[in-house]
Amino acid sequence: MSAVPQTPLRWQQAAIERIVRQTPRVVSVFLRTALGPHAAGQHVDIRLTAPDGYEAQRSYSIASAPGALELELAIERLEEGEVSPYFHEIARPGDTFEVRGPIGGHFIWRAADGGPLLLLGGGSGVVPLMAMARHRAPVAPQTQTLLVYSARTWDEIIYRDELFALEAADENFRLVLTTTREPRRWSHDYDRRLDPTLLREILARWGSVPRHAYVCGSNAFVEAVSSALVADGVPAAIIRTERYGGSDPVEGS
Amino acid sequence: MATRGFSGRPPPKEVAARLPPGQYRTDDFPVLSMGPTPDVDLSAWKFTLSNGLKPIASWTWSEFERLPRTRWRGDIHCVTKWSKFDTPWEGVGIDDLFMAAGVTSPSPYALALSYDGYDTNVPVADLAGGRAMIATRFEGAPLLAEHGGPARLLVPHLYFWKSAKWLKELRFTQKNEAGFWELRGYHMYGDPWREQRYTNDP
Repeated sequence: MSAVPQTPLRWQQAAIERIVRQTPRVVSVFLRTALGPHAAGQHVDIRLTAPDGYEAQRSYSIASAPGALELELAIERLEEGEVSPYFHEIARPGDTFEVRGPIGGHFIWRAADGGPLLLLGGGSGVVPLMAMARHRAPVAPQTQTLLVYSARTWDEIIYRDELFALEAADENFRLVLTTTREPRRWSHDYDRRLDPTLLREILARWGSVPRHAYVCGSNAFVEAVSSALVADGVPAAIIRTERYGGSDPVEGS
Repeated sequence: MATRGFSGRPPPKEVAARLPPGQYRTDDFPVLSMGPTPDVDLSAWKFTLSNGLKPIASWTWSEFERLPRTRWRGDIHCVTKWSKFDTPWEGVGIDDLFMAAGVTSPSPYALALSYDGYDTNVPVADLAGGRAMIATRFEGAPLLAEHGGPARLLVPHLYFWKSAKWLKELRFTQKNEAGFWELRGYHMYGDPWREQRYTNDP
């Protein structure tokens, strides 16, 4: 597999270039690092060190497209979190910590993988899918792609404006939003959970048969959506899943 | 080098002593799988022990349920960095399985294969000697499908991706064959105490 690193993944210094608020609960942290090139969908490990030497590690999906100048992590604030509140409340440009990666050889999409490409994200599960959408736009715009994104509210839709811009600029990129705790804003969107009935309707409207499907979000979201896909005749073998932790509440599902 | 402004929440000493490097404790039981959860029907379930492509023995669910039972309670560690303490499992110990099949290991290597197409390699020395079981119950109840039910491998002293869910076959292999994650950037052995997460970690 090409995603297997040939040398050990060493811890390297990363410096924060800027922090951008995306939603009330998510910030993007842009990093300057010397990490090797990543594939869309991969993640990095980060390590923070306290003055007394105590260390904490976490994994975060990469939001930026392969080749982007800065490495972007989108970090959701978990109320009881040990690490995410640091990025929301304390971190500022110039701060440094350690990072290693990129990691993961399964939940990745490359232009050569082609499509039709079906992306399904719940809450912050959209982050690795965003890397795929951003990668696809310049290098494989002919790839039929549908991003179905479930968030709790309109204001919690990460990358909302960028997604609208991607959709407007590209007839092969379709976006369907569903908000689970707020009425929809557009008639072609939805405001309920991605249950089997809704998913069937969305896929029928899309009209393409997916060759690759990527599902990312909380475990409850991924379980519900991936089993609905299988029930709808999508082969299990083309469905790749990534499930975010267990200690965060169910997001956008 | 310290990260400005980060103090963290170091766990109490007795917790820290049980956490391998880079891990944190959780009380949840997070789920991580490469794809959808397969629906494995007990009436069609079969578990096979094989040597390469040659089957040695196989069990239906009711046959498997009649094998001697083993219980184990302890800590498990996932490469995504959570550890969960004092998890109670029940199933069939690998020693008992080998005995029931009348085999001694023909090779030092094994590959665990799952109903969803997943596989992972584990040295036989890490399966035998009371170190591993095929678990069918967790916390006194049948193992949930999302956690690998009806039956999963349990090798608690290695990172948990080695404890293959939805186990279908245990296969002795002549060579140490990389499995699903081992082909995709993860370590061939996966000892949490040596922090063997990724390919080429020491």
